[in-house]
Amino acid sequence: MRIDSRAAFDAAVQAAKEKVTGRKRQVFVCCGTGCLANGSAAVAEAFAQQIAEKGLDVSLGLFLKRTGCHGFCQRGPLVVVQPEGVLYTRVRPLDVTEILDQTVANGHCVERLVYRDPSTKAPVPKYADIPFYANQTRVAMRNIGKVDPADIEDSLANGAYAGLVRALNDLSPDEVIAEVERAGLRGRGGAGFPTARKWRATAMAKGERKFVICNGDEGDPGAFKDRSILEGDPHSVIEGMVIGAYAVGAHEGFVYVRDEYPLAVVHLGVAIAQAREWGLLGKNILGTGFDFDIKVSRGGGAFVCGESSALMRSLEGKVGEPRAKYVHASERGLYDCPTVLNNVETWSDVSAILARGGDWFARWGTEKSKGTKAFSLVGKVKNTGLIELPMGMTLRRIIFDIGGGILKDRPFKAVQTGGPSGGCLPESCLDLPVDYEQLTAAGSMMGSGGMIVMDDRTCMVDVARYFLRFLVEESCGKCVPCREGLRQMLAIYDRILEGRGRPDDIGRIERLARGMKLGSLCELGKSAPNPVLSTLRYFRDEYVAHIERGECPAGMCRALTRYEIITEKCTGCHLCTRACPTGAIVGKPKQKHAIDQGKCISCGACYDVCRDDAIRFGGRGRPEVAAAAQ
Amino acid sequence: MRSGSVVEAALRWQQRLSEGGFWAMVTVTVDGRSVKVREQAYVLEACRLAGADVPTLCHHEAVEPYGACRLCMVEVTRPEWGGHTRMVASCLYPVEDGLIVHTATEKVLDVRRVVIDLLLARCPNTPLVRQMARKLGVEETSYEKAAEPTDCILCGLCTRVCDAIGPAAISAVNRGIGREIAPPFKEPPPACIGCLACAEICPTGHIKYQTSDTSRTIWGKTFEMLRCSRCGRAYVTREQAAFFERTRGIPASYMGLCDSCKRKVLADTAAQLCVTR
Repeated sequence: MRIDSRAAFDAAVQAAKEKVTGRKRQVFVCCGTGCLANGSAAVAEAFAQQIAEKGLDVSLGLFLKRTGCHGFCQRGPLVVVQPEGVLYTRVRPLDVTEILDQTVANGHCVERLVYRDPSTKAPVPKYADIPFYANQTRVAMRNIGKVDPADIEDSLANGAYAGLVRALNDLSPDEVIAEVERAGLRGRGGAGFPTARKWRATAMAKGERKFVICNGDEGDPGAFKDRSILEGDPHSVIEGMVIGAYAVGAHEGFVYVRDEYPLAVVHLGVAIAQAREWGLLGKNILGTGFDFDIKVSRGGGAFVCGESSALMRSLEGKVGEPRAKYVHASERGLYDCPTVLNNVETWSDVSAILARGGDWFARWGTEKSKGTKAFSLVGKVKNTGLIELPMGMTLRRIIFDIGGGILKDRPFKAVQTGGPSGGCLPESCLDLPVDYEQLTAAGSMMGSGGMIVMDDRTCMVDVARYFLRFLVEESCGKCVPCREGLRQMLAIYDRILEGRGRPDDIGRIERLARGMKLGSLCELGKSAPNPVLSTLRYFRDEYVAHIERGECPAGMCRALTRYEIITEKCTGCHLCTRACPTGAIVGKPKQKHAIDQGKCISCGACYDVCRDDAIRFGGRGRPEVAAAAQ
Repeated sequence: MRSGSVVEAALRWQQRLSEGGFWAMVTVTVDGRSVKVREQAYVLEACRLAGADVPTLCHHEAVEPYGACRLCMVEVTRPEWGGHTRMVASCLYPVEDGLIVHTATEKVLDVRRVVIDLLLARCPNTPLVRQMARKLGVEETSYEKAAEPTDCILCGLCTRVCDAIGPAAISAVNRGIGREIAPPFKEPPPACIGCLACAEICPTGHIKYQTSDTSRTIWGKTFEMLRCSRCGRAYVTREQAAFFERTRGIPASYMGLCDSCKRKVLADTAAQLCVTR
């Protein structure tokens, strides 16, 4: 079916809505990557089979829907029964019969599958009552988990393409840009450049050929929001891109997506084909005479290709290396033509803004950062997953209200935001409202929205080294400060963590970091010192402890840590003996235990399982000092 | 039209002249000295015109600027920026009228020192790097010297000049620390014509070759030399002659004489013409 007018669009939406309301009851099975990995495909298959066998679609009006990521990945596979809105977690195929018999047929809740509040252990059956969801505001992710990404009608019934209809029929390109400006939308890829300003520059740039690009090369460790949007609601991104193309006068678009996101590639391909078929993409969109089409380009997995100029080189078929951006992409981008490049989340926001209005979007947020922002909340936090919140929410609320606090209720130590370009923020920053300016001022950045929570058993020097290792692998190697600087920085960290740090190493790190920040060619190199500088700023004493005293305050650096059993406290429960991977703990059950230091590899497994605080750790001291003492 | 053809170059000139842009000049202040420079220039050209000493390793007039060595970093500002400055690579930052450039601020020198210090760790035995380091006040590297020192600074001049001439026989391979310049699959490059441009442009002499009156070897590939029909000296490789005939339309007969003999033949002809007149 091809939609060629506004009336035809309204009719199509109406038809789609009727089709959906005809389904009295629905079972949503999350088929996002996280839940699939936990076995949700088999769960969905079991539902489909039983519905067909028992004829439930006829008798109860029950339909199965495979949706995108619900965000609560830690508890997957997730199943939602509608219209009750009951959420079941960790569902196995064997649970399907019970859910169908109890909940769908009789309206009873299967209590053992329901989410339980981690502190009170009270069951919370309703999706909307779970704090993880109740505290969120979803704009970019509005339809994820609600719609079947492989069915355009389902998206249409949920409001997709309404913004596009409005933009193409009611607004001039300038008015579209004005609407985005009113929303105060800034780039969700991390740098936060005002979207409207970028668009206006591209619209005004001279050029017969212009391009619109969606950057789906999300590569930060721990970040997966763009993946979920592309997998769970590709139409929101396609719609945004068509709107952007109309605003700047482009007729060709590309989605650059990582090939490591196979499901995103498939869903995007299906959605593009359906949009074309329905007249929402391609020639003469919605009968307005506007032409725009999208090609999907799969990235080879280089982190640096998420940098816009490298991404464009990669799209051109060249080596994905950045170039200087003194002349902006809005003037000379892809194939040296004016180009708009935005992040997946930004495009999804655009379609919502055009549908609901700029003022609607700008109600959320802080003075300079409007709207909502998606984050991937991971690390040592009780509820990991994908969340979207109004800008300006404090880190404390994000980590403790939505995230449910730290795993095992250990003390909070730091939160890393912004991936390898970001930094680690300590407890003193917990009341910081999260927006672009505040995070940057604190020495971190918004980045692509990764949020990694760390507890007291995390060595901050080691965290910085983790990101350095990542960047050493991912630097393209074109410019000297990034290529050679990262290698040398890593070498300094390696020796500090082995206890061979030199007294002047902190100064050396700081000097090198400054040179890289000021001298590197692209943002990868310029922001590469952020994890280093932020840990130095907030956790300097840990560096000093490693370098001067040869000890790791978190007890995580094996070369520097020695574990001991406090004999008076040991109850002989034998837990540590079972946890020890090398059999280094001696002692019979119900007797005092001890650690055979010759066998101990300082992994800390015993410390983590001990319930009586009977294990302590201390520094070994610098190797040469320790050797001299022996 | 093939890039590099004489016709295209002429058309490009004509177009620039008709746009009135070719001779348009802008004024830039470099370290307090005001210079006029053509509008299409980059800041580095203005710096050189003003006599400022801006070191470079990856820059060469013959090829497109690249911005990899980061030694040419300068600080630029404009009066209306209210004291804000930008650190930019002068080889890539386009000049603009009224731009103020500082080539030797403490910030600039800091970055240059870090860069040369890092290069010195990579190339501890390379005379050019040592000399530039000494000039910037770095005698010994403060970082860990490379386990396998190299003379290659990865400036990319060799690959760029090869691209500009046309064969594109070599390129940068691998990423980050593993980056190196190599022919495809590190085998003798099929596209190489043995012109030696890569070796000639290499600032540190890292690219090695052997050449004699009969044969030449570079990148593991051996070429047969064409000899001057007059003096018998080796002139170009057979592949080179074929390449220029194919891509630039230069007849093979043109390669029959070496440059020196061509001049001599020309002089002889001119002398004969004068005599007959």
